[in-house]
Amino acid sequence: MSITIKEVEHVANLARLELSDTEKEQFAGQLNAILKYAEKLNQLDTDGIEPTSHVLPLSNVMREDTVKPSWPIEKVLLNAPEEEDGQFKVPAVLE
Amino acid sequence: MSKYETVVGLEVHVELHTKTKIFCGCSTSFGAPPNTHTCPVCLGHPGVLPVLNRQAVEYAMKAALAINCEVADWCKFDRKNYFYPDSPKAYQISQFDQPIGQNGWIDIEVNGKTKRIGITRLHLEEDAGKLTHMDGGFGSLVDLNRVGTPLVEIVSEPDIRSPEEAKAYLEKLRAIMLYCDVSDVKMEEGSLRCDANISIRPYGQEKFGTRAELKNMNSFRGVQRGLEYEEIRQAEVLDGGGTVVQETRRWDEGQGKTISMRGKEEAHDYRYFPDPDLVRLHIDEEWKARVLASIPELPDARQSRYVEGYGLSAYDAGVLTASMKLADFFEESLKHTSDAKASANWIMGDLLGYLNANNLELGDVKITGQGLGEMIQLIEKGTISSKIAKTVFKGLVETGKSPQQIVEEQGLVQISDEGAIVAIVDAVIAANPQSVEDFRNGKEKAIGFLVGQIMKETKGKANPGMVNKLLVDRLNA
Repeated sequence: MSITIKEVEHVANLARLELSDTEKEQFAGQLNAILKYAEKLNQLDTDGIEPTSHVLPLSNVMREDTVKPSWPIEKVLLNAPEEEDGQFKVPAVLE
Repeated sequence: MSKYETVVGLEVHVELHTKTKIFCGCSTSFGAPPNTHTCPVCLGHPGVLPVLNRQAVEYAMKAALAINCEVADWCKFDRKNYFYPDSPKAYQISQFDQPIGQNGWIDIEVNGKTKRIGITRLHLEEDAGKLTHMDGGFGSLVDLNRVGTPLVEIVSEPDIRSPEEAKAYLEKLRAIMLYCDVSDVKMEEGSLRCDANISIRPYGQEKFGTRAELKNMNSFRGVQRGLEYEEIRQAEVLDGGGTVVQETRRWDEGQGKTISMRGKEEAHDYRYFPDPDLVRLHIDEEWKARVLASIPELPDARQSRYVEGYGLSAYDAGVLTASMKLADFFEESLKHTSDAKASANWIMGDLLGYLNANNLELGDVKITGQGLGEMIQLIEKGTISSKIAKTVFKGLVETGKSPQQIVEEQGLVQISDEGAIVAIVDAVIAANPQSVEDFRNGKEKAIGFLVGQIMKETKGKANPGMVNKLLVDRLNA
């Protein structure tokens, strides 16, 4: 399997990245190298092995439904580039 | 009759009413100042670790079991990736290929016929934040209080064939969720939200037509109207020789039409993958059995019990069981009277009439099932007449006092003392010689006037049966 320029463009678009033509070439090359490296895994015989979604041998880590204090609003908004009335202000999003 | 058959599938989101969010301890209570129910986990700060709320899982299991789903032994959570300011992590934690529940169904009733609607899946996920668009397009404001509120998404099979069936499905689903006590399911507050996939096809054609996805229907009525609009729109497109485009359309309540949401049509590519921060969930048989046992008798079962046990019509039983509070109220009344039909009539006529007229809910008024039952007993015993009962009923609703107390305080006891009634009958006869004369000359109607006068004298408290009998006796004497 090899990554085409078109696929790089698609993934870049999904990630909201703007790439120059040089970068597209460059990343296509790098992504292909990574995939090729990972292809080694295909040499393993995985017939009859259940797909693994998590590597930790853990399940059912849960908490009780008990309210804990939230953050003070000043702290919440520290990362807001812009704020108004206690809310994060972002560029207009139109439906 | 249209030559097209409508095919609808619904995606319903139900907010689970846990105290805290699905992956952190922030409160889920409604109406707090913006962003005051947030923390690094739900704000999507880097390096934080979500921990699953056990109660959210139990509510989701309960909801799944109540709509006859098979509950998974194992499931996992996945990240659904998309950029939108309502989601600070830029992904939503959801369930992709291992939902909590699958292959369920519910029965709906439309035009007296029962129909089974299949449920493809029910999965658990987190809600997004709320955006407010500023006037003049200067920007949008983001409130992240709602981020992380646990939701179940319930996806139906494309088994629904009309807007009416869609409404019946939603109403039944809502009733079941209320009975299970997993959500407030208020469409106005957004704790129940519905998107619809709708297509049409010529009758007899097996292949589905191209579907439109409808969004922004904020009431049951809106869902029905949106679908009604859309089936006509699609028929007009086909009749005009065109083809229906697969797209998302927004229902505009004010304009009463659906509008294409162009610009959001970029093919969805959510790149789901297992959330590495959340370990797998194992639901063993013991846990399933325990949750199953916590589900109360559901509307359908209760409805048939009322039909078989109390001789109510299916319609009446359906009205009473549409809300668990109302059904409980009805059953409470039956602890104090054996006349189930009378109780049903009072509830459906006077009580629901009063609530609807004043835009109230059962919890807003003071009447209890016990009060209604005791009042019906007072009618049965002849202590009050049915007419006076209307006054007592008003007292029950408005004061919450016992019917006995209302009757005593307002002096509403029915006069059934023959001597007392005779005295009044005689007085009324003496005072109205013309009416007596008319009656004796064959004008039967004159008796109505005389009865009216007697009732007026007694403020409606005279036993109507006795008044009629004694008056006729006197007139014919």
